[in-house]
Amino acid sequence: MTIHERDIDKLCVLARLALDEGERKHAHDDLTRIIHMIDSLASVATESVEPLAHPLDATQRMRADEVTERVERDAFQRIAPSVRDGLYLVPRVVE
Amino acid sequence: MNPFATVTELADGIRAGQFSSVELTRYYLERIERLDARFNSFITVTAERALAQAAAADARYRAGTSTPLTGVPIAHKDIFCTNGVRTSCGSKMLDNFIAPYDATAVARLDAAGIVTLGKTNMDEFAMGSSCETSFYGPVRNPWDPARVPGGSSGGSAAALAAGLTPAATGTDTGGSIRQPAAFSGICGLKPTYGSVSRYGMVAFASSLDQGGPMARSVADIALLLDAMAGFDAKDSTSAINGHDGKAAAATAARPKPMKIGLPTEYLAMLTDPAFARVFDEARRVLESLGHTLVEVSLPHTAAAVPTYYVIASAEASTNLSRYDGVRYGHRCEAPVDLTDLYERSRSEGFGREVKRRILTGTYALSVGYFDAYYLKAQRVRRLIRDDFVAAFGSVDALLAPTAPGVAFPIGQISDPVEMYQQDVFTVPASLAGVPALALPCGFHEGLPVGTQLIGPHLSESQLLALGADYQRATDWHRRTPPRVE
Repeated sequence: MTIHERDIDKLCVLARLALDEGERKHAHDDLTRIIHMIDSLASVATESVEPLAHPLDATQRMRADEVTERVERDAFQRIAPSVRDGLYLVPRVVE
Repeated sequence: MNPFATVTELADGIRAGQFSSVELTRYYLERIERLDARFNSFITVTAERALAQAAAADARYRAGTSTPLTGVPIAHKDIFCTNGVRTSCGSKMLDNFIAPYDATAVARLDAAGIVTLGKTNMDEFAMGSSCETSFYGPVRNPWDPARVPGGSSGGSAAALAAGLTPAATGTDTGGSIRQPAAFSGICGLKPTYGSVSRYGMVAFASSLDQGGPMARSVADIALLLDAMAGFDAKDSTSAINGHDGKAAAATAARPKPMKIGLPTEYLAMLTDPAFARVFDEARRVLESLGHTLVEVSLPHTAAAVPTYYVIASAEASTNLSRYDGVRYGHRCEAPVDLTDLYERSRSEGFGREVKRRILTGTYALSVGYFDAYYLKAQRVRRLIRDDFVAAFGSVDALLAPTAPGVAFPIGQISDPVEMYQQDVFTVPASLAGVPALALPCGFHEGLPVGTQLIGPHLSESQLLALGADYQRATDWHRRTPPRVE
């Protein structure tokens, strides 16, 4: 499949990345080559083959509905960029 | 003291009273201080913590509660969370991240009494095959400092090769333990998917990520694996009946004669005759030990690299969405609104290769492309896994090259697709989730060459027994770089 420069802009929005013009051009060149490489998968016959998500075909375990973890808010917030009164601070979202 | 001694020899030395763990730890810390400017293999050295652990280890010997690893130093790849110590993952994004807890693998090795020297350099977020993408600068190969040590666990591999640590941890998503082991002339094991807990290991591609040991000998790998592996309720994909914990015992005895497969498709890719001869010598040694070698086919080998880069990039783009500049990690200055906070924090915090993979993964998962790429890759992944399962119906293990060549010069490969082809022999076992042991098998143009033994799911003990058999008959793993004193 062909990737256009406007596709890179859309991917940047989806991935929350702000690239400058030079970076966008590099990204376009790189992705063109990478997508060409992964497009070769189309030639592999996979009719009636189920997708594999876990190599040992394991499924999610269940556990007893018991409290096992302690709340470590203070420890985790010590490494946060900006907190006050136990809350993470971000730019104003609602006026 | 011999900086290139094995874990087993060092533990014997402590036990016999030749030196204490504190003396041994000081010895390696001094070497790191004196020599590592040449290799850049460490991001953080934890001298104080190491000496406190070493003193505790010496006390365990006096109290009679030591294990085969007590008092021996190790270096952890900087992807494993270490409580109270920076865990950067080689990224500016986590340069300020002091982990608030220990990874399970780290906690288990700590419980065995091992001593943590520090955290090793790596490709940013483990995305790379050369250790050139680290925020902390490239790692240099002790066999030739103008060359890469391989990646992404290249700091661990280089530290071992330079005699700066006798043991290390690494992680392998598509070859990140095995390829640097090959380039640096040391041993490394990618265990069966789910054998070593992923808890506290910074996530890259969760259906592939697997931690494992790196060391000088297969016997050391076995000791480290027995301590690291095992079920962990904190990892949702941890194998419930995983590693049997008997690898060390298995490597002590000769294995029964095995039938070993040589993948035809891999042999066809060895185009340099001189390089192929080094690999062929490993086959001859195994035959001389009484094992039988036969050619087998893994028909979907050519699809492995594209399959891997779809799945790994898709899972990486999802995993790395957590870096938002809000809860931890890099945050941009003076964001004007929430979108600006996200976009600038991520754009400043991530390097070029990481952004490339996030964009590739975002593309593969986006509306209209999901079926053609991610779902398609998951279907091909089943075919690749089934190739291995079918091969192990007729052979006990596979013998394969680890990398298509020897360590390449720093800066030589700039095309991402060319770099991804470095993983051609390692990604198939990653996709199949089977264990693979990389070990040195000779030299080409003065640089180490690695081979790998690949086994069925959860066959680590048998695989390591075969590797130890090979190492009793060869001394490639005891060679050291010529210009490292």
